[in-house]
Amino acid sequence: MKDSVILEVQGLTKAFGGILALNNVDLVVKEGEVVGIIGPNGSGKTTFSNCVTGFVKPTKGEVYFEGKRITGLAPEKIADMGLTRTFQIMRPYYSLPAYKNLVIPLMSPRAKRVGGWRGGGRLGDKSTVGVDILEEIGFERDSYVPYKLASSLPTGYLKRLELARCLALNPRLIICDEVFSGLSVSEIASLLPLLQKLQMEGITLIMIEHRLRELFQIANRVMVLNFGEKLVEGPPDVVIKDPRVKEAYFGSEEAEEVMSYA
Amino acid sequence: MNQKEKRKERLDRGIKVRCDGIYALMSLREMAYLALPRLILIVGLMVAPFWITQEYWQRVLTVACVYALLAVGFDFLAHYVGLVSLGGAFFVGVGGYVSAVLNTSLGLHPLLSIPLATIISSVICTVLLLPCLPLRGVYFAIATLLYPLLAGRIIEALNILGGTDGIRGVEGIPGHYTPIYIAIISGLLFMFGLRRLVNEDIGLVLRAVKDNDQSVRASGINVTRYKALGVFLCALGGCFAGASLVHIYMWAGISLFALDFSILPIAATVVGGAYTLVGPFLGCLILVPASEFLREFGTLRIVFYSFILLAFIVLKSEGLFNFAQRKYHQFERWVEV
Repeated sequence: MKDSVILEVQGLTKAFGGILALNNVDLVVKEGEVVGIIGPNGSGKTTFSNCVTGFVKPTKGEVYFEGKRITGLAPEKIADMGLTRTFQIMRPYYSLPAYKNLVIPLMSPRAKRVGGWRGGGRLGDKSTVGVDILEEIGFERDSYVPYKLASSLPTGYLKRLELARCLALNPRLIICDEVFSGLSVSEIASLLPLLQKLQMEGITLIMIEHRLRELFQIANRVMVLNFGEKLVEGPPDVVIKDPRVKEAYFGSEEAEEVMSYA
Repeated sequence: MNQKEKRKERLDRGIKVRCDGIYALMSLREMAYLALPRLILIVGLMVAPFWITQEYWQRVLTVACVYALLAVGFDFLAHYVGLVSLGGAFFVGVGGYVSAVLNTSLGLHPLLSIPLATIISSVICTVLLLPCLPLRGVYFAIATLLYPLLAGRIIEALNILGGTDGIRGVEGIPGHYTPIYIAIISGLLFMFGLRRLVNEDIGLVLRAVKDNDQSVRASGINVTRYKALGVFLCALGGCFAGASLVHIYMWAGISLFALDFSILPIAATVVGGAYTLVGPFLGCLILVPASEFLREFGTLRIVFYSFILLAFIVLKSEGLFNFAQRKYHQFERWVEV
């Protein structure tokens, strides 16, 4: 883990009418870190990722990525700099086969400039590179799975496909919006080593999650949001024992899990 | 009861295996399986002008192919880029007027003014439609519908470009068979060209824009630029249609902005089969002659025409080509039970 700051968020605020979905949230992410963002439903986690990636314009506050101000830029410009995201509700290209889904990020100006994942895909057939990336991410190459239409893939593969689409862009930072949700325990167990591998390769990850136990296995640091405000930030084992966090989760689906950390 | 009962047994061929890659070249039979349907269309259209002897029906075939350019463009824009455009008449009108002006004012030969007008007016149309590109679905449809209406009224009210009289004295395309072959060849090139394009990398990005523009943006791609490219490609067909019509009729007028040019392509897409690009082409080859046949019924023509359309929409909403393609890839035989 290097010490250089990759993402800096200062006083991020987003108001939808009179409701503050985000209120003065600060976050500093260092290169190569895995940072978790947790919090009960409606605490502003997804709004945070929308504001950082440009899909929603923040009301107040600043976002800096690799030292450059990206507040309010269009999502494609931010993605072009190497900050990309997965969507909580998966958004593959349903009418295309899985491997052809990856041709789109490989066709982007960024991939043409710096290459796809690990710099590949600038030369040669983009569809083949697509299959290569899918194989790395857990699609069995010699099976029919990479060639199936995205609309006929099960959730587990679609989540991987979301991640693959981000990777094909050769990103510096990925914001993963609930990649674990809807997956079985064994599916998550097979996804964890992959995420660790990405971290080893120097890709910074921000993971928005409800599955705390799995998240804590890889997260270096966790930020807890509640009603749009930052509650606590710190190492996972410290954060989860904080009485304010327990209070925030009280009555929610994860309450039992949070309490078990006492 | 000693009657033998029969039922239909259906064998789906391994379509993927038979149509893909090296397997398609394994034997003459496999090659014919792929090439025959295409050859029937191409050779059929090439021979048709000689087979049809009456000049009137030759003209109908020409117009059908001109409409096909519009219909294929509509299908491409609606089902591969995700923009339902009712602006077909706008493409025809702009293409037609530009070509007429190039011919009458600058004295360009029709064979030069048609391609030149196609490119110039496609650029004009794309630039004018840029403000509409962020719109989706029915909103884009309504906005594009306004363009031809507006353009026609502007020419009428300001009395420019010949006003209601139109531009007369446009030079015709020389040669008896030239216009008809220009229409047929350009129609086939446009259709097969787009069919190729939608499976190339650029075409995949266009289809992705239709599927989910948000994740295309998250992949660092400017969606508006690709939508503009889609509109430009569609406009190429439409403007070429308009430019050649002007030289076929030797006249450019406000009727080039008539909504027929926006609506008939949609009807042809429904009849022929959407999301195929060939379907709309076939749809035009059916609908345009059909509307001529129905002239015998006088005022009832539109009534019958509407009933035919309704029947297609209700009974075969997938369209002829989708149906035929499905049947072609299947064997059906009667077996005794």
